[in-house]
Amino acid sequence: MVHDELQQSKLSMPDSENGAPFSVLQQLIGLQQEYHYVPRHEIDRLAVSSGVSESHIIGLIEFYGFLHTTPRGEYDILFSDNITEQMQGSHLLADLLSKGLGVAIGTTREDRRVSLDYTSCIGMGDQGPAALINGQTITRLTTNRIGQIIQLIEASTPLSQWPKTLFEVESRAERRDIVLNSEYQPAAAIEACLKKGPAAIFSQLEQAGLRGCGGAGFSTAAKWRFCASAAAEERFVVCNADEGEPGTFKDRFLLQSHAERLIEGMTLCAAAIGARTGFIYLRGEYRYLLDSLQRVLDQRRKERLLGNAILAHDDFNFDITIHLGAGAYICGEESALIESLEGKRGIPRPRPPFPVTEGYSGFPTVVNNVETFCNAALIIQQGPEWYRQVGTTASPGTKLLSISGDCDRPGIYEFPFGTAIAEILSQCGAHQTMAVQVGGAAGRLIPETEFNRTIAFEDISTGGSFMIFNQNRELLRVIENFTQFFRHESCGFCTPCRVGSSLLVKQLNKVMVGHATTKDLEEMSILGSLMQKTSHCGLGQTAANPILDGLGKFPKLFQSRLRATSFEPAFDLDASLEEARLLTGRDDPEAHLEGGGV
Amino acid sequence: MSSPIKVATASLAGCFGCHMSILDIDERLIDLVGHIQFDRSPLTDIKKVGPCDLGLIEGGVCNAENVEVLKAFRRQCKILVAVGACAINGGVPAMRNQYSLADCLEEAYLHGAGIDNPQIPNDPELPLLLNQVHPIHEVVWIDYFLPGCPPSADTIFTFLDELLSGRPIQFAYQQIHYD
Repeated sequence: MVHDELQQSKLSMPDSENGAPFSVLQQLIGLQQEYHYVPRHEIDRLAVSSGVSESHIIGLIEFYGFLHTTPRGEYDILFSDNITEQMQGSHLLADLLSKGLGVAIGTTREDRRVSLDYTSCIGMGDQGPAALINGQTITRLTTNRIGQIIQLIEASTPLSQWPKTLFEVESRAERRDIVLNSEYQPAAAIEACLKKGPAAIFSQLEQAGLRGCGGAGFSTAAKWRFCASAAAEERFVVCNADEGEPGTFKDRFLLQSHAERLIEGMTLCAAAIGARTGFIYLRGEYRYLLDSLQRVLDQRRKERLLGNAILAHDDFNFDITIHLGAGAYICGEESALIESLEGKRGIPRPRPPFPVTEGYSGFPTVVNNVETFCNAALIIQQGPEWYRQVGTTASPGTKLLSISGDCDRPGIYEFPFGTAIAEILSQCGAHQTMAVQVGGAAGRLIPETEFNRTIAFEDISTGGSFMIFNQNRELLRVIENFTQFFRHESCGFCTPCRVGSSLLVKQLNKVMVGHATTKDLEEMSILGSLMQKTSHCGLGQTAANPILDGLGKFPKLFQSRLRATSFEPAFDLDASLEEARLLTGRDDPEAHLEGGGV
Repeated sequence: MSSPIKVATASLAGCFGCHMSILDIDERLIDLVGHIQFDRSPLTDIKKVGPCDLGLIEGGVCNAENVEVLKAFRRQCKILVAVGACAINGGVPAMRNQYSLADCLEEAYLHGAGIDNPQIPNDPELPLLLNQVHPIHEVVWIDYFLPGCPPSADTIFTFLDELLSGRPIQFAYQQIHYD
């Protein structure tokens, strides 16, 4: 039933890679789709055919959120659990589905028809609440749609026969600037590179001042140059299409509507650095884009813009393979992404060496964000002055923002760098805004007093996430959501992050339930700054940002919930004896505890 | 080192391993004798804690009595120290946290192998179990944490020695790290 339809979209793996350790993750994703889990006999078979150990394979399954060793339902439903979707009522809808189907959230129904759970943001903040069903995206959930889904599942309707409207993902921009207004001319950038040579390309990108659009803002020209100049027999081009930062969905738009630009940018990079192989690391949540991306790749192969002898240059061969992620936020970090491409758990590598010198398979590798490749292609097509006509000196050009939360027109907005937050809020129709979270959970919480600040690398830098909260929102819930997100997504490799992210959740919970005192806030600050200083990668270094920003900019949120005493227990002492009282039937004075601290 | 300080110790949901480690200070105990006077402690069998300079707590909090003892220590001790993994994290006893209390008690007293006259004990003399085992800092404020399972005698001695001398408390790396 559901199987046949899934088989079609099974990953196409180049034959040469089958059986190799690097392909193990992709094969596991295929097995998960086929069986709704990875059965033991397949693990054994894969271990033999790939030459990696069973424990390595089980390690992978346990690491990636979308892989399972126990059977999931034929319909495996994951609700996106980002805060903006919670604000749209996603929890009520999930509860409705849970009741309607008779399956508790976080479990699989006994007849294995359906599983229900939450997952981290799936990049549909502008058309939520959204969910994944067997990896396919369902948008704009309503009580009606939930009712419809219950009927379809109870009738065992194959996913391929579900109404197409359920799966519609709108792809349009609410505001366009120079980049989205420019017409893309196929092959213009690649031809320019083949004609003028790599040095000219690097210098044009440098003049344009293009910086990495994933948020870090590293000079693209410098990155490409470093990679080209590293002595090696092979080089690789990798597109980071793993935008997992909660509230980000601008790459989704580019992948859906402007994939040619991306491929052009990657091919341009390959021509400039001398690479024969490229990868698009597509987050598992965007699986619905897989077929359309494959079609764009095929089309370009037909047009001789990809593959062997590109544009009739016998010595320019370059092709691109799509790798799927499997539900791990950390794989958006470039070295973790490379590990994942190599079929391993996505644990960030120590840096240096950076990927530009030792990346995929140990070879020099350029890893860039989707938007960066798109912009690079257009800059070479239009010239650097075109890009510099907007933006600021330190941050030329524009930035795509994914705007969600409390505003009239959530969606994709292209703004010149240097645009003030207040201006953005007014254009998307935000009213009575209390705060904006810029840059996702790892970004910064900006209060109203700072709305004159601008989106720019020299001011507030962002990968594109822009979540708006009006004055009716409980900001502590927002902070709690982000803090829980980091605990869930910590890869577990280093202690400050693994333990620290759990402790932060506990400490914050103590505040939320009204058991905290001033001392607990001090403890949270100390813990947060310890995590910033000692974590292995950016995840742990930013996991405390929501709490630290909250404490710094909205101290009253926390203080109003504090007890006046010097210290309070983290939980209700007497209530935690209730279960024992019930089991023993006791209610004598000794069976109770006085509340409060000492 | 100046006049003797009063020290109380207790083992809550622990295994007494940390107390064994205190004794493992060996002959250096003789150096400490003149500077330390024990109040409530398994070593003295004094049942009620009096005003003290220092309290050392081993083990996490698993039942109502643990809560009372811990609170009494906090009231009486100027400095309270979490000694060892269980006091700091809950440790081995906290492994029951993944099961409900009912499951634990039913397994132990109703359904386990070789049980005669199955019943869940309900004598008022017995302290009731909390539904979860907690680290002690979730119940009272803790001034210092000595990690380890158990912390080595050397670590405990260093702590006491530094505290008595009034120096800021500092450890050699291997005294509090286990990598």
